[in-house]
Amino acid sequence: MKKKLGLIVNPIAGMGGSVGLKGTDGEDILEKAKNLGAIPIAPNRTNEVLEEISFFKESFNLFTYPNEMGEDEAKACSFDPIVLGSIDKGKTTSANTKDAAKEMLKLKVDLVLFVGGDGTARDIYESVGDRLPTLGIPSGVKMHSGVFTKTAKIAGKLIMMLLRGEVTTRLAEVMDIDEEAFRQNRLSAKLYGYLKIPYEMQMVQSVKSGSVPTEKEAMEEISWYIIDNMKDDYIYIIGPGTTTKTIMKKLGLENTLLGVDVIHKRKLIALDVNEAKLLELIQGRKAKIVVTVIGGQGFIFGRGNQQISPKVIQKIGKENIIVIATENKISSLRGKPLSVDTGDIKIDEMLRGYIRVITGYTKAIIYKVV
Amino acid sequence: MREAIELKEYHAHAWNEPIIMEMGHKGERGFIIPKLEGEIEKATDDATHYIPKKILRKKMPKLPELSQPHVLRHYLRLSQQTLGMALNIDIGMGTCTMKYSPIINEELIKLPQLTDIHPYQDEITVQGILEIMYEFATIIKEISGMDEFTFQPGGGAHGIYTNASIIRKYHEVNRELGKRNEIITTLFSHPADAACPATAGFKIITLYPDPETGLPDIEALKSAVSNRTAGLMITNPEDTGIFNHMIDEFVAVIHEAGGLCSYDQANSNALFGIARAKEAGFDVCHFNIHKAFSSPHGCMGPACGVVGVKRELAEFLPIPVIIFDGSKYHLDYDRPNSIGKVRQFLGNVETIVRAYAWVLGMGAEGLMKVSETSVINTNYLIKKMLTIPGVIMAYPKQKIRLDQVRFSLEKLKEDTGVGTDDVSRRIVDFGVQEYFTSHHPWVVPEPFLPEPCETYSKNDIDYWVAVIRHICKEAYENPVLVKTAPHNQSISKINEKHLNDPKKWAMTWRAYIRKTRGKMKNNRNS
Repeated sequence: MKKKLGLIVNPIAGMGGSVGLKGTDGEDILEKAKNLGAIPIAPNRTNEVLEEISFFKESFNLFTYPNEMGEDEAKACSFDPIVLGSIDKGKTTSANTKDAAKEMLKLKVDLVLFVGGDGTARDIYESVGDRLPTLGIPSGVKMHSGVFTKTAKIAGKLIMMLLRGEVTTRLAEVMDIDEEAFRQNRLSAKLYGYLKIPYEMQMVQSVKSGSVPTEKEAMEEISWYIIDNMKDDYIYIIGPGTTTKTIMKKLGLENTLLGVDVIHKRKLIALDVNEAKLLELIQGRKAKIVVTVIGGQGFIFGRGNQQISPKVIQKIGKENIIVIATENKISSLRGKPLSVDTGDIKIDEMLRGYIRVITGYTKAIIYKVV
Repeated sequence: MREAIELKEYHAHAWNEPIIMEMGHKGERGFIIPKLEGEIEKATDDATHYIPKKILRKKMPKLPELSQPHVLRHYLRLSQQTLGMALNIDIGMGTCTMKYSPIINEELIKLPQLTDIHPYQDEITVQGILEIMYEFATIIKEISGMDEFTFQPGGGAHGIYTNASIIRKYHEVNRELGKRNEIITTLFSHPADAACPATAGFKIITLYPDPETGLPDIEALKSAVSNRTAGLMITNPEDTGIFNHMIDEFVAVIHEAGGLCSYDQANSNALFGIARAKEAGFDVCHFNIHKAFSSPHGCMGPACGVVGVKRELAEFLPIPVIIFDGSKYHLDYDRPNSIGKVRQFLGNVETIVRAYAWVLGMGAEGLMKVSETSVINTNYLIKKMLTIPGVIMAYPKQKIRLDQVRFSLEKLKEDTGVGTDDVSRRIVDFGVQEYFTSHHPWVVPEPFLPEPCETYSKNDIDYWVAVIRHICKEAYENPVLVKTAPHNQSISKINEKHLNDPKKWAMTWRAYIRKTRGKMKNNRNS
């Protein structure tokens, strides 16, 4: 049976960036971008990927949305797409992206390929969650999510391998910043959820090696290390992320993937807490913070875990921060240091330097934080 | 202007040879054991009576039944399908030091004085081999500055494990082992510098390289050391060919914290007569005799990872240690604090005999020339390689490399979709051994790691570069050709999707039968 590939193009993604607008969310901004002479980026990115996969186009049916949301590009690349839904040509909105994703979910396509930025990833996430494999082709301004491939060539290869059943999938962060705040030079990024993306080990290892543990095994190893070394006189603040929440799962505890949970003596004491609650909980008690690297930019504080605020960090102390991450996650940073951006310059300064990152039951790495 | 080099036409033997278990016919024999003559038969007992019942087979093993010529033909065919080191320009296997090993030294290890002795002979009857080993130890002491050596470890990683065991014993004797349980290493040290101490029970702390220099930062090291530090196990030059010029300061930081320092000298080919473990302050070190000292290797042996220690650690060496009393050589077992044996007897002595002959042939100046030539070769290779579109060098600010160099085909992959695994598969179509990408994980994307030792000529290097240049050109012009390689080899590209699938692996014939049940014919004709 022929495979089904879904294609959703956000035609305006990235237009703001070319004219210095830091994003293109909202009609006013789009209008402003157009007036400033912004040109669409998404069509070219889409064409590049479609060209990469055209040599095996007989093996799948391409489902897409009308006109500039994929149909135009597909036809330009000699595909014969099955066009779904309807749009108001030239005036697409995020609602169109969400609708398109919903239809792809109904059709149970094998992969939703979307072209856009963090905003587009959020729309896809809202409609699809982690129920289908998805893959982002970057054309946006903001790229905090971990769901995008680096190049069209790599995307082409991943798509081919996924349709042939040759790759597994992993969960990757959907993150977005508040564009309004960003335009005023304030950064405030939030972790919205996780998309299921194809995962090719070959990016970090030869296909012949076969000895590197899978992401799941690595997370379990790290989690058991944390659990086995838990001290009864400390409460543990478990930050968001799939790696940190593996600890909760291993303990059989309810948890908040996107939020901060607190445990003591391996039992849950608070779920999905905010800064105020955290401050209350650590009042007069010893505590440790367990965080992981969030998103593709290597942040450990200040992106997606703002609940663990400068005040909380200061009270708990640098020596009680435990950073955990799989080696693959660290490798994917390509040598780029970890980052902190808590909003408090003094706290950021305190966190900078070299830190120990737990990568397994009996192993850790020393990595730079800037 | 570049000289045009014409690549040789090549095709490997392709016999499509079955596995030997699939060959032969029932009743076919290579050799028929004659029956015992009557008198002897009467005087002897059934041999099975001497075998303990619990290990006696109940059923005959299912062995293939073949005649002698069929067996010979089969293995000759397999050998023809092997691209051996001596058949090609084997520059691509970085960190492996694939140098030419003088064939005349093979004559030495075939001498009856070596082949006809037994490890259980009394030491007084094997003075010759003990003398060779003692003398070679004297040489390697001079090369490294260390005080005592053992030859027992049967390979590089085994030598590193021995080092980890010595560090463990040292802390145990000092009653600090319970506390000191962390070994520090670096990402571009050999993975054995992490794996071996982990096997010995230590926790491993890895320093990541600075993205600019490719080297670990001393500040990172300082943040890693504590009263839990048992030691540092490090390779230098690292597997990027970059020499850590602050190595003595690294060693000082570890010593200050109460740890020991172990020097992995698998990459020593660039350092003979130039830098020694002793001057850098190391406490223990190992060399791969089968690499830098010209004993042939590959196919997993026979190898020898000699381990040297400073005088203060000599009590921990594996027993026995060869000693000399001024007239005779002895095996010294009287070392109560020894880590014990790490291998039977004295180790792979033939490796030492070859290395001894090689070092005597080279002389002290010759050894230094080995290193100088290997460094010149590497830097000549770099100069040539960087003219190839699509090839970049990792950490380009480090312009000088020693024994090897790590390149990246990231640009080629981005431009053409052809990655390092593809190029490595294509290179064999030109009669050149596939290359080593690098250890994992790939911190340098799409990596490869050539090591042009001193035994390769300028023409050899030029030819190897020409092959890579040709393949990179193919990648831009006809990427499918490279991605579907090899085309001129004994086997074609295999389906890689099964490589990491345990359901498809078969480590034994029995497992193969089980996993392919009903899908194969047994007893195929040869």
